[in-house]
Amino acid sequence: MEYRTKATVMDAEAISRAVTRIAHEILEANKGAGNIALVGIVTRGAVLAEVLAEKIREIEGAEVPVGTLDISFYRDDLAIRLSPEVHRTDIPFDVEDKDVVLVDDVLFTGRTIRSAMDAIMDYGRPCSVQLAVLVDRGHRELPIRADYVGKNVPSSRKERVKVYFEQTDGRDSVEILERADGGDE
Amino acid sequence: MALLLKGGRVVDPAVGLDRVCDIVIDGDRIAEIGDDLTLAKGTTIECAEKIVMPGLVDVHVHLREPGYEYKEDIASGTRAAAHGGFTAVACMPNTNPVCDEGSAVRFIVERAAERGKVRVHPIGALTVGLKGQALAEMGDMLAAGAVAFSDDGEGVQNTGMMRLIMDYAKQFDAVVVAHSEDEALVGKGVVNEGVVSTRLGMAGWPAAAEDIMIMRDIRLAELTGCRLHVAHISTAGSVELVRQAKAKGLRVTAEVTPHHLFLDEEAVTNAYDTNVKMNPPLRSAADREALVEGLLDGTIDCIATDHAPHAPHEKALEFELAPFGSTGLETALPLVITNLIATNRAAWADVARWMAINPRAALKLPEVRLEVGGVADLTVIDPEAKVDVTAEFFQSKSANSAFLRATLLGKATEVFVGGRIALRNGKVVD
Amino acid sequence: MLSNRHIIEMSDLTPDDIMLILDTAESFKEVNERRIKKLPTLRGRTVVNLFLEPSTRTRTSFELAAKRLSADGINFSASTSATVKGESLVDTAETLSAMACDLVIIRHKYAGAPRMLADHMDAHIINGGDGMHQHPTQALLDLFTMREKLGRLEGLTVGIVGDISHSRVAGSLIPALRMVGARPIVVAPPTLLPARPDVLGAEVATSLDDVLPELDVAYMLRIQMERAEGMPFPSVREYANLFGMNSARLAKMPPHAIVMHPGPMNRGVEISSHVADSPRSVVLDQVNAGVAVRMAAMYLLLGGDASGTAA
Repeated sequence: MEYRTKATVMDAEAISRAVTRIAHEILEANKGAGNIALVGIVTRGAVLAEVLAEKIREIEGAEVPVGTLDISFYRDDLAIRLSPEVHRTDIPFDVEDKDVVLVDDVLFTGRTIRSAMDAIMDYGRPCSVQLAVLVDRGHRELPIRADYVGKNVPSSRKERVKVYFEQTDGRDSVEILERADGGDE
Repeated sequence: MALLLKGGRVVDPAVGLDRVCDIVIDGDRIAEIGDDLTLAKGTTIECAEKIVMPGLVDVHVHLREPGYEYKEDIASGTRAAAHGGFTAVACMPNTNPVCDEGSAVRFIVERAAERGKVRVHPIGALTVGLKGQALAEMGDMLAAGAVAFSDDGEGVQNTGMMRLIMDYAKQFDAVVVAHSEDEALVGKGVVNEGVVSTRLGMAGWPAAAEDIMIMRDIRLAELTGCRLHVAHISTAGSVELVRQAKAKGLRVTAEVTPHHLFLDEEAVTNAYDTNVKMNPPLRSAADREALVEGLLDGTIDCIATDHAPHAPHEKALEFELAPFGSTGLETALPLVITNLIATNRAAWADVARWMAINPRAALKLPEVRLEVGGVADLTVIDPEAKVDVTAEFFQSKSANSAFLRATLLGKATEVFVGGRIALRNGKVVD
Repeated sequence: MLSNRHIIEMSDLTPDDIMLILDTAESFKEVNERRIKKLPTLRGRTVVNLFLEPSTRTRTSFELAAKRLSADGINFSASTSATVKGESLVDTAETLSAMACDLVIIRHKYAGAPRMLADHMDAHIINGGDGMHQHPTQALLDLFTMREKLGRLEGLTVGIVGDISHSRVAGSLIPALRMVGARPIVVAPPTLLPARPDVLGAEVATSLDDVLPELDVAYMLRIQMERAEGMPFPSVREYANLFGMNSARLAKMPPHAIVMHPGPMNRGVEISSHVADSPRSVVLDQVNAGVAVRMAAMYLLLGGDASGTAA
């Protein structure tokens, strides 16, 4: 299945500004960096979490703990297909009583976030779980919403919304992709 | 009732016959052999494109009656024999009770007379209960109709005992059919010791376990002057030992099974199919080749199936627990035709020697010769008939064949036992 | 996903399958270290441990693996199984099949039993040890431990010492090592070697001292002291003298080399207490790896299998 870029909705500068704003919003909502911890959902959510932690360091001068989470074992569709790759989960801090901010690149159906919440709960009892995403493309299938959103990107189900990072893909951009043959999903 | 077998290729090396001609059977004898024969009254059986031979005999068969009738009995076993093209079988004594005395032999003879489709020649036990400890009443058994003696299934382990047995048998000039297996070397083996036992993680036993016993039995036969017939020979070493014994002029004969001729240990795969679990086990490719060579050069006298029926629930066990053996009566002739005739490694005269003439000679059974006045035991073979070996193909009560799912070429279509039609158009006559 | 529905012998797996299992096991190892050692991954699947030969360690390892993946685990052991009452293995298989089990782990006294189960059931089958044939998950956890401790698998020289002819552990470990590019050497007196060790794919040595300097791993097999027929070596003392791993032999191995054992150990026979308790012995790491590797095997066999589970 070949996909091609239909439109670029955010470039490197736009991403940078959005991330800066999200960092400020997190700090404002939580009244500082004191009790927060960032947990990025692999792969790109983890990259974003590191970037956010760096921004928070710049803004507040505070070190916020960062963890990475692979939700493969918590997926609700294991009966249909296995995750193509399993990565390590690394939560190097105690989740107990923390305000955990889950970080992901794109929020779509909400199933990934549901799995992530289940996973975090197995590590302990956080004080709160919040959600920061770079892109919200709509089409929720579960009652999940993000607390911090970089950009709302309306899309059709046929399309794909992809976030690319310098660290993982060689460029920073958010693109809408459509099928090369113009067909349906 | 007179029968006319018309236009078959009649093959009997014992009388120097190998040509297309007609045969008239009257009563239980052959009345006439010639060309363009006619019958005033009687049945004509078309034999064009077919082979007509002296009736085939299988000298190593387990009929399982008395005691194991759920696997097979004299009625079903002889049906299977007729279906396989045989006019006679010799049956082994490891029944329950063991056939080790005259009354037991008489039971088999009478049962066969009343229900058998083909002739049944009982082989009596060498020792009481097959326990290898006390001589069985050979004289009494011979008087009741036994033709030879064997401890098949067990093998006589004690050398002194085997010497005693051969000395005793010598007075009757009886044939001792030896199941040659050194139990100490066999141990808990269930397959040939070698490549397959290593790969499949099962205990195996070496070819040497058979070679050593055959060497022993040949030396004892030489010492005592007893006739020795080696049952189900399976190793290259054994073939060589028999070759040397014959070169010395000793009265040693040997039989080989179709499964040892046409399968080797690689047939035992990680499917752990118990239908290829036998005793002696399927051996190496080199052993198999030596067996075929031995048959072709006359070292091995005859083919005998060691027909060993077992019930499905007995074979559907873990490989190491399942009983040994495969059925063979109904696949022997098709296998020989497919593997040796169709490949031009042998001629029909060879088949007559291996499956009709030599087995009778080995067990001192009365000769069957295709000549006027000869007893009318004949087998008619269609060399082109296709045989699909499925459970439904078998007349035997059991379907534990090592050749299930094989497609073979050639089979018997008619069998005459003393002039009585036992098989017609490939179907057993009831 | 794995190449085969079952893990009965090593040839059921490709080298890629092996690496996938080992890599996946890394993640499960992490789960086994946190406070709530549970994942919802196999929730609602039924896993049966059909152990028709006594075993506490392996069975417990499989049991834990199933439970930590939230599967429903049932134990059939030799004493409770109807086989004692004479039910055949085929009938047991069909009974379990009628109960809609997803995965059966079988340990059996006779080779070929897992294959029989596979022929009579729809469930996935993992061989937990069949007679003297194979024990694939043991080999996998051994590979995991070797990689963990030595950083690689390719090119490792592994000496497998002991009763090779009766060892299903060796039966799986030798082909497994070959598949990952390692070099297995079996070390045993001729009476403990199978008929054709060349068929398994290992080099053969009858002197342990000769091969010690080359080994990255000394893998000691348990010697069976209880034997019905003739003992294949004259005494425990002689065996320990010639083939036992002790401190003197440990010193002759390269400094990085490790000592492994599938357990349970006969201290003082194939391995001295000193060595068993030394940091060079990684026996407990093997046990730890066992649960993670078995979780990985179950996850990869059952995941992506659409039968019987709603999305």
